[in-house]
Amino acid sequence: MIELNVNGNTRQLDIESDMPLLWALRNELGLTGTKFGCGIAACGACTVHVDGQPVRSCVTPVSAVQNNRITTIEGLAVDAAGNRALTAVQQAWISHQVPQCGYCQSGMIMAVSALLTENPNPDADTINSSISNVCRCGTYPRVSKAIQALIADNAADDGPRAQGESV
Amino acid sequence: MKMNRRRFLLGTTVIGGGLLLGYAVTRPPRQSLANRDHAQAGQTFLTTWLRIDPDNQVTVVVPHSEMGQGVLTSLPMMAADEMDADWDLVRVEQAPATDLFANGVLIKGFAMSMGLSVPAFLDRTVDFATLKAAEIMNMQITGGSSSVRFTGEMGMRAAGAAAREMLINAAAAQWNVAARECDARNSYVHHEASGRSASFGELASAAAEFEPPRNPILKTPDRFTLMGTAVPRVDIPAKVDGTAMYGIDARPDGMLYAAVTTAPVFGGKLVRVDNVAAIMQRRGVQRVIELDDAVAVVADNYWRASEALKQLQPVFTGTEFDSTNSSDIFAQFDAALDNGERNEDVKAGDAKQAFDSAAETITASYRVPYLAHAAMEPMNCTVHFNNGRCDVWTGTQDNLGIRGRVASIAELNENDVTVHPFYLGGGFGRRLPQSTNTIDQATRIASYFDVPVQTLWSREEDTRQDYYRPAVSSRFRAGLDANGQLVAWENVYVGKNEPAEAAHIAYQVPNQQIEYVESPTHIPFGAWRSVAHSQHSFFLESFTDELAWHAGQDPLQYRLSLLRDKPRHSRVLQEAAARAGWATPVAEGRARGIALQESFGSIVAEVAEVSLTEAGEVRVEKVVCAIDCGRVVNPDTAASQVESGIIYGLTATMYGQISIENGRVKESNFHDYEMLRLAESPEIEVILLESDDAPIGGLGEPATPPISAAVTNAVYALTGQRVRELPLQNYRFLPPPTEAVENV
Repeated sequence: MIELNVNGNTRQLDIESDMPLLWALRNELGLTGTKFGCGIAACGACTVHVDGQPVRSCVTPVSAVQNNRITTIEGLAVDAAGNRALTAVQQAWISHQVPQCGYCQSGMIMAVSALLTENPNPDADTINSSISNVCRCGTYPRVSKAIQALIADNAADDGPRAQGESV
Repeated sequence: MKMNRRRFLLGTTVIGGGLLLGYAVTRPPRQSLANRDHAQAGQTFLTTWLRIDPDNQVTVVVPHSEMGQGVLTSLPMMAADEMDADWDLVRVEQAPATDLFANGVLIKGFAMSMGLSVPAFLDRTVDFATLKAAEIMNMQITGGSSSVRFTGEMGMRAAGAAAREMLINAAAAQWNVAARECDARNSYVHHEASGRSASFGELASAAAEFEPPRNPILKTPDRFTLMGTAVPRVDIPAKVDGTAMYGIDARPDGMLYAAVTTAPVFGGKLVRVDNVAAIMQRRGVQRVIELDDAVAVVADNYWRASEALKQLQPVFTGTEFDSTNSSDIFAQFDAALDNGERNEDVKAGDAKQAFDSAAETITASYRVPYLAHAAMEPMNCTVHFNNGRCDVWTGTQDNLGIRGRVASIAELNENDVTVHPFYLGGGFGRRLPQSTNTIDQATRIASYFDVPVQTLWSREEDTRQDYYRPAVSSRFRAGLDANGQLVAWENVYVGKNEPAEAAHIAYQVPNQQIEYVESPTHIPFGAWRSVAHSQHSFFLESFTDELAWHAGQDPLQYRLSLLRDKPRHSRVLQEAAARAGWATPVAEGRARGIALQESFGSIVAEVAEVSLTEAGEVRVEKVVCAIDCGRVVNPDTAASQVESGIIYGLTATMYGQISIENGRVKESNFHDYEMLRLAESPEIEVILLESDDAPIGGLGEPATPPISAAVTNAVYALTGQRVRELPLQNYRFLPPPTEAVENV
């Protein structure tokens, strides 16, 4: 049995230890917000958080994350009391009207959330090297603007604040 | 026979307990739409649907697919504005793929029941001899940058305006006052004189007793309340929290998953599979299914199906193309251009005579490779056969087309096939019904089961089994007179264009001979964002740039000198150039290039500013785009479509290359079919221009075509190297002013 802690819930799954986390999430747990894009960690559509770190779940075997805290896009928008509460990143995505087809945006939001939690004021090189997700609709200009607005908010808030975690 | 329009309405009145106004709109006011009636013969009507519930909620049913272009917002905006509905009370639904929402079926059926007489509201729009228009309308196609400019302008606005008039008529009758004394605002009808008001919901059923007006009065733009404003997109909230459902997310009970591999050389057939028994032993595997040209493994988890498929040993037939490479295809194109039969595209003046007497001729040849669409959501379709019926879950650019396709393969009546629409994880032409190999496979695979089966392609399959933007070669010859004036334009290229005008030039050249040769290959091709414009804009605007430099003129001024009779074209060039600082010196190590293309009813000029990396690779620093799309319905979604089109075209410019090796596609996934990413994404400025009296133009595609030439023209300005073949990843440029060398 494989034990996974996903979005605060512990689940026992009778699955192979080398099954990629992506397919455990999508096919076994019904968490379809995490997307399949390439299967080789080249596009980032499948990005989730493992202990707060961005991980491409399509190449991460479930055996590697059994003792870790996994957060998917579905778990991002939930506050401590279990109520739906969009994070600052998700709100910025709405106010900047970032998504188009939206398919890559779960992964994009997870990657940006992890980055800004780690570093509330990343420089351009850090952003560019951290956010390598592919978006075929070309939402990059708006992704950039939303990130810059979040960085500005962080600065205005008089100190760093977690972006990727609900409060 | 006289048409009874009431019958038309009554047939569609009781849906979900609310009033449904189904209105086949034709003949919008002549003053605003005459141009389009002539320009788009056979496409001037579309059915739109407005539902009013007793709680005063208006539901707009959109017969197009949402693939990121904002159609679920822009079309309802157009209907609600004309209707004077309160936007907060407007709800949006995707039209189901049923006869009720099949414009053509409805119209055709109606016409037949009328004994083929022409209802007044359909005249001039349906060719009753052939019912051609009705057949065209038997679709819910999303493509051709058409939703707003056709469905919206012809359908949604008129439907909203008609509903408004009917609601006002109902109120006036109820209050026994003149309709002209009543007004509609925010989903209420008011009679100022008596202070009475009633909600749309209260008036809806009485309104249905009135005939829809034949020519509903559309608002003039000064009275728009929603159109022209940046209404936030209705689909975005679900796209930031993981709840938006795409075809790949369909999870009907008991669903199995199929992984597929298709003959790698197009046209190959499956001969046999050598190790089926061993594969069947693997965990979760339910069945190995041999199709005509493919083999599928069905399992209870996609990963299990996919891993099993990797171990499968299918044998495919050889084909006559097993040793064909890209170089052979381009050699075939060259031979066709040398000796093939030429078909006329444009003929103006006397090009032959003009070339004979030209003081100088200039020639150049260009070519582009095949391109895959690489939509982010890999192709998929879920099908369930159940008691002689069939359910289909998929994201498609044509739900009705897919229904017909599945019905035909499954040998079912179309009404026994239910298509459940989903969001599309990218369309770009890939999810049009012409590119339906996934749908066909999914239907055949599911026919072996009584549970739903989701057929899902790997990224590798998606890349290697696409309907590609075709590879194209194009040759030019220009004739200059003794003053260096451009007097003759000759262009011959491979493959008939769709749209037909893709290779036509806006420039004033008195003698033109534009022709094409056919040179078919075994590579399947299909519509790729902006279709033939994507390659021809690169060809035309590169060659025009060559002529400008040859003439020793500024590329902007040269173009303007050939556009004296084209004020809209001149304006987009001037606006883009002005915002880009064309007249001011560019920063050290950078250069600018400009290009122009009209497509899908919009005119676009783009200025790209480029630099070189230390390794000699091109970096696009900034793009300024000016687009004249007639009128803007939603400036924010318009700008995002333009940004999107530019990035899509930039990926093709920088990286796009599908290579044919031994008859098959060499590239397989994002590591060798690279996409532009955030780090390479330039700053983009969008200038939206409107033109009074011009028809509304498309936005989904027109920004894609000019970017390639804008970039490569800038590369020329920077390096002196003319790029005549894409993509740029095949080049390394030396920094200026040394002449660049190709390093491939």
